[in-house]
Amino acid sequence: MSWVFWVLAAITIAGGMATVLVRRLVHAALGAAAAFAGLALLYLSLDAQFAGFAQLMVYVGAVTILILFAILMTQSGELNQPEGLKKAVFSPGSFWGLLLAALVFAVLGFAVNNSQAALAVATGASASAEPTATVASIGQALVGNYVLPLEIVALILTAALIGAVVIALHEKGEAQ
Amino acid sequence: MTPLSAYLLVAALLFAVGLAGALTRRNAVLVLIGIEMMLNAANLNLIAFWRFGAHPEQLTGFLFAIFSIAVAAAEAAVGLALVIALWRHTRSVNLDEQTRMKG
Repeated sequence: MSWVFWVLAAITIAGGMATVLVRRLVHAALGAAAAFAGLALLYLSLDAQFAGFAQLMVYVGAVTILILFAILMTQSGELNQPEGLKKAVFSPGSFWGLLLAALVFAVLGFAVNNSQAALAVATGASASAEPTATVASIGQALVGNYVLPLEIVALILTAALIGAVVIALHEKGEAQ
Repeated sequence: MTPLSAYLLVAALLFAVGLAGALTRRNAVLVLIGIEMMLNAANLNLIAFWRFGAHPEQLTGFLFAIFSIAVAAAEAAVGLALVIALWRHTRSVNLDEQTRMKG
């Protein structure tokens, strides 16, 4: 493994940790942006350029901005006061949540370390470096074999767009 | 450590971090971020398996990850709209205070 991978992995994991642990919500959202950007760079290091740039545009560009908007719209201002910062940001049963997450990581790490498939692939010839996903081949696959999932995704995006607007609209009879 | 297992371990760690965030934070927005992070960890798995798999020319895992990114974007939009609706109804996004459906 080259040092590039370890730097990118450190950025990603540190961003994720910051998101979970940091007290201020805006800082947490910025940590999430760092984690998403690190993931996009990990995709680039895996020769998946299209996925990397899609990740950059969708997550770092759109989802983080949406999250920041939601944080700013739902913030009552109390978190910026000194006494507001002293309030707990973790729920009372957070120990069990942390324990469950650690258990899940232990199981996944055990499975990865003992997996035969991971060993077999790495010793094979397919670990050589040749980028295979050109944009032309991705486009041909999207309108060829995968045209039905593409149409379904278009439908889902339209439905989500309309649904999000309807859910977030003002309701009738509510004071403006 | 092989390259594939290194990527899989990073994805597992990111999944665990996202799960911890979704389970322990009180703010609904941060729970959503945790869920997004778990989805992203799954995407990293898919792309790593595509890259080191037997038939990378068939683009299966790669396109799976692309579709997963699109669905996750839709999920984020609807989830944040739900958070805003929750804020409008109860003036709070603290999940511990949402006890209306408690038996």
